[in-house]
Amino acid sequence: MARSGNQVATGYCTRSADADIIGTLMQVSFRVNGRKVEVEAPPMKRMLDVLREDLGLTGSKEGCGEGECGACSILLNGEVVDSCLIPACQCDGVDVITVEGLAQDGQLSLIQQTFWEEGAAQCGICTPGMLIAARSLLDLNPQPSREEIRTAIAGNLCRCTGYTKIIKAVELAAAMAKPHRAGS
Amino acid sequence: MISQIRVHSPRTLPNALEVLQERSGRARILAGGTDLMVYLNTRVYVPTEVINIWGLDELRHVRDEDDVLILGALVTYSQIIRSPVVARFCPILAEASKTIGAVQVQNRGTLGGNVANGSPAGDALPVLSAFDAEVELASTRGTRRVAFNQFYTGYRQSVMEADELLTAIRVPKQRPDERAAFYKVGTRRAQAISKVVMGVKVSLVEPATIETIQISLGSVAPTVIRASETEALLQGKALSPEVVDMARSRIMDEIQPISDIRSTEHYRRVVSGNLLERFLSSL
Ligand SMILES: Cc1cc2nc3c(=O)[nH]c(=O)nc-3n(C[C@H](O)[C@H](O)[C@H](O)COP(=O)(O)OP(=O)(O)OC[C@H]3O[C@@H](n4cnc5c(N)ncnc54)[C@H](O)[C@@H]3O)c2cc1C
Ligand code: FES
Ligand code: FES
Repeated sequence: MARSGNQVATGYCTRSADADIIGTLMQVSFRVNGRKVEVEAPPMKRMLDVLREDLGLTGSKEGCGEGECGACSILLNGEVVDSCLIPACQCDGVDVITVEGLAQDGQLSLIQQTFWEEGAAQCGICTPGMLIAARSLLDLNPQPSREEIRTAIAGNLCRCTGYTKIIKAVELAAAMAKPHRAGS
Repeated sequence: MISQIRVHSPRTLPNALEVLQERSGRARILAGGTDLMVYLNTRVYVPTEVINIWGLDELRHVRDEDDVLILGALVTYSQIIRSPVVARFCPILAEASKTIGAVQVQNRGTLGGNVANGSPAGDALPVLSAFDAEVELASTRGTRRVAFNQFYTGYRQSVMEADELLTAIRVPKQRPDERAAFYKVGTRRAQAISKVVMGVKVSLVEPATIETIQISLGSVAPTVIRASETEALLQGKALSPEVVDMARSRIMDEIQPISDIRSTEHYRRVVSGNLLERFLSSL
């Protein structure tokens, strides 16, 4: 892709419901969970669909498609965003982390472990987004207050748990990550 | 419905202005996409051509220049929330930004997008209005500045021409003798569209006398509005319970809100009066 000047791409606006994608595709290359990938996609295709359909990363979920529920949350250049609101044309050269990227070498990450231990997932639809939002919070603020945790997951809706166990799981992850003081 | 969309992704501002001029009236600008992608996903509005300005890093600055803060159009709410100069010179802009969507939206949504989108419920708008901000518009014809309070001409209508790009917002700094507040009333703390939103700024002279006051309201009219009759009433007045009461009734009479799915006309009047009372009583 040209690095200078105007870049033009044509394609069909799409969401998963639109099975036929024809028209000019654009090349988008970026990193997902540490791996370099290149996809050909219509420029306004949502990253949620690029991840799920083109890359087979179906961890990120679609709840609303309107930025309200957070089930599609991913980390984009380290910041949590709703992937249903991000078009492919804005993703050349970015760094993406999805829920699939949290575990390392078959080992659950700390936040996944504490979600598991606290029973913070029931049906599991909100969980990938919750984990990403929680991870983003702990990256920026390793020892958040309960209020800060609530704010950090305010864009992630859960119909099952009533949030209490999710908040506890985040608190536990923060507590476990805390450097131990001498004698404790 | 499937529609073909042509996307331009200019790399520099001059390049963007050329494309905008060439595609004038046909192409829709895409910034953070938190409004536009929702329109697209829900098929409320599907453009045939898009100019993606997200790559224009020259529109991401927060600059402190003499007595104004200059915020590039692509400055996000998260940037505003973290900015030390905003915290110092226009803290209520950061407060307003914290109420917009949740962190996912704050990381992507831009101040320029809030202004250009022009929803009467845009939460940053009463702040810009109360601070008498200016909007910077650029095109291949040149750059001009428009007073924010003269920017909108009607519901989602503005003086911005089809070939113009909103490049920056200029916000006069709050002075040490000034006090300001932001209030938003919605259904829940996160992700809620405002029923009433208020930005207000006052300068006081001793003892407790209002020198000037700027009161701005969102969600109560087709555009963000200034309560100029109430402002005139308060100007030069010493604060007292009677004055606060008069101001409260005046603002309730002055505004002409409507009833809609979010709230009723009566509720909006009462809340506007209560918010002003709360502010004046806090001085
Ligand atoms: C879940 C959710 C919750 C939200 N909550 C709130 C809320 O509480 N309060 C609130 O005020 N808003 C809210 N919003 C709306 C939105 O986040 C803001 O209006 C945001 O500031 C829009 O900026 P953007 O960069 O995303 O705009 P985009 O979606 O990219 O663009 C919006 C419009 O402005 C035009 N435009 C954008 N930038 C420019 C420019 N520089 N020059 C000319 N035209 C331009 C576009 O063509 C488009 O018509 C919410 C959105 C979502 C999805
Ligand atoms: S699917 Fe993206 S926020 Fe709901
Ligand atoms: S576990 Fe079911 S929505 Fe959260």
